[in-house]
Amino acid sequence: MSFAAYAICLKGIIWREGLRFLHQRERFVSALVRPLVWLFIFAAGFRQVLGISIIPPYETYVLYEVYITPGLLAMIQLFNGMQSSLSMVYDREMGNMRVLLLSPFPRWFLLLGKLIAGTLVSVLQCYAYLAIAYLWEIEPPPLGYLTVLPAFLLVGLMLGSLGMLLSSLIRQLENFAGVMNFVIFPMFFASSALYPLWRVQEGSPWLYYVCQINPFTHAVELIRFALYMQFNPLAFAVVSGCTIVFMLAAIVAYDPSRGLMALRGAPGAAA
Amino acid sequence: MKSDAPALEARHVSHSYGPRKALEDVSFAVSRGSFCVLLGLNGAGKSTLFSLVTRLFALRQGALIVMGCDLQREPRKALAQLGVVFQSRTLDLDLSVAQNFFYHAALHGIGKAQADARTEKLLSAVQLADRAGEKVRNLSGGQMRRVEIARALLHRPRLLVLDEPTAGLDIGARADILKLVRGLIASEGMSVLWATHLTDEVFETDDVIVLHKGILRATGSATELLRQTGAADIREAFVTLIGEKEALA
Repeated sequence: MSFAAYAICLKGIIWREGLRFLHQRERFVSALVRPLVWLFIFAAGFRQVLGISIIPPYETYVLYEVYITPGLLAMIQLFNGMQSSLSMVYDREMGNMRVLLLSPFPRWFLLLGKLIAGTLVSVLQCYAYLAIAYLWEIEPPPLGYLTVLPAFLLVGLMLGSLGMLLSSLIRQLENFAGVMNFVIFPMFFASSALYPLWRVQEGSPWLYYVCQINPFTHAVELIRFALYMQFNPLAFAVVSGCTIVFMLAAIVAYDPSRGLMALRGAPGAAA
Repeated sequence: MKSDAPALEARHVSHSYGPRKALEDVSFAVSRGSFCVLLGLNGAGKSTLFSLVTRLFALRQGALIVMGCDLQREPRKALAQLGVVFQSRTLDLDLSVAQNFFYHAALHGIGKAQADARTEKLLSAVQLADRAGEKVRNLSGGQMRRVEIARALLHRPRLLVLDEPTAGLDIGARADILKLVRGLIASEGMSVLWATHLTDEVFETDDVIVLHKGILRATGSATELLRQTGAADIREAFVTLIGEKEALA
């Protein structure tokens, strides 16, 4: 297979994911409504309750709305990663997954293609959110819109890989509610998305350590720093490391000879 | 790739689901340019064999060779030679017929121009050229099957494998599909492995593999099986070979 053939294959996977996204307009709307509800209602309510001291990357006091924006951006990507996972389980049940896995391209490449496609969709959603948030006077530096792009891509890949790994563990579509309860909510709430970690430490030292080891915390911080044109090496290292680990685990899980698919049978195949 | 190798060769293939054996030491060969029927009742192991041939299941015992390419050692070369139609539908219902073809072409590294030309030709062959822009969801069961068969040929495979492709179709649609695939052997010059439990889909000129409860019961041309069993027709020969008269009563 030539380089051009790989490029055609990748383009096809991204095209199909984009088309599916366009067909599901409600998915786009709900992906935006969720963080906007947090911004317009939750943040407005908590503005007076939660004081935010000056912490990096901010150089001055910021409104609570400004503080939670990176967390809500990461939330968009978290939900999108899980949505991709859900669509993989759906594809497996409907049989569409077989079309993908029958391609003569290496399986790791096909899965990476799916990941990239899902990540690009989440990046679009993040920029749409930032555009609306701008009208709400959340105005990061203009260059921040550009410097946050690599962070969006990396965080999208990490959460997409996690979603892909989870999709290999989920046998049926009905089991997906468990992901909401056991993955999305704990990851989101036990992080720095809604409150700075020094606040958490004051309230509960053990929860502080849980937040510290939560990769989602580092995803939020990577976006927060990048949005203000700063680089957070620890967040970058954790997010990069987790991306590699989750991606490798997902590739192994989808390998017919080694992964979980081998243990439980192939996607949707009958005996 | 050996030019004289069979289109598909199974050598001592076995597969189990936990303690239950689905295939036991199955060996056969599908000749090039032949229409070979894999005949077996439900639970015979046909779908398991398909999942192994298409690499959806990992082959743990035995070997499968597609057009001379060992599926274990050269999976990508082997998969590139295969066109597959599964028993359950694998089309994306929300995409149009042409979009499904375009996606399949991309997954085989085929560019748009080539894919468009091939799509047009294949949809004409299955008499659905006028439905290219239509969402798959709006097609009938028989039309979807024809689309799936045409799509499986998009990347010019040398071997087409179909798992119960007429399941759920009415008599007319079944006959259409069978005629279509037999016609494709001549026009596309390929080999076909057709899995079914319906004996009336077997022609006297076909090669037949009889599988029952995971064990290969017979292999050879339909005429040979008739001679071997002394049966008057394929149905009777099949019943004799599997030894379960009540199953087809």
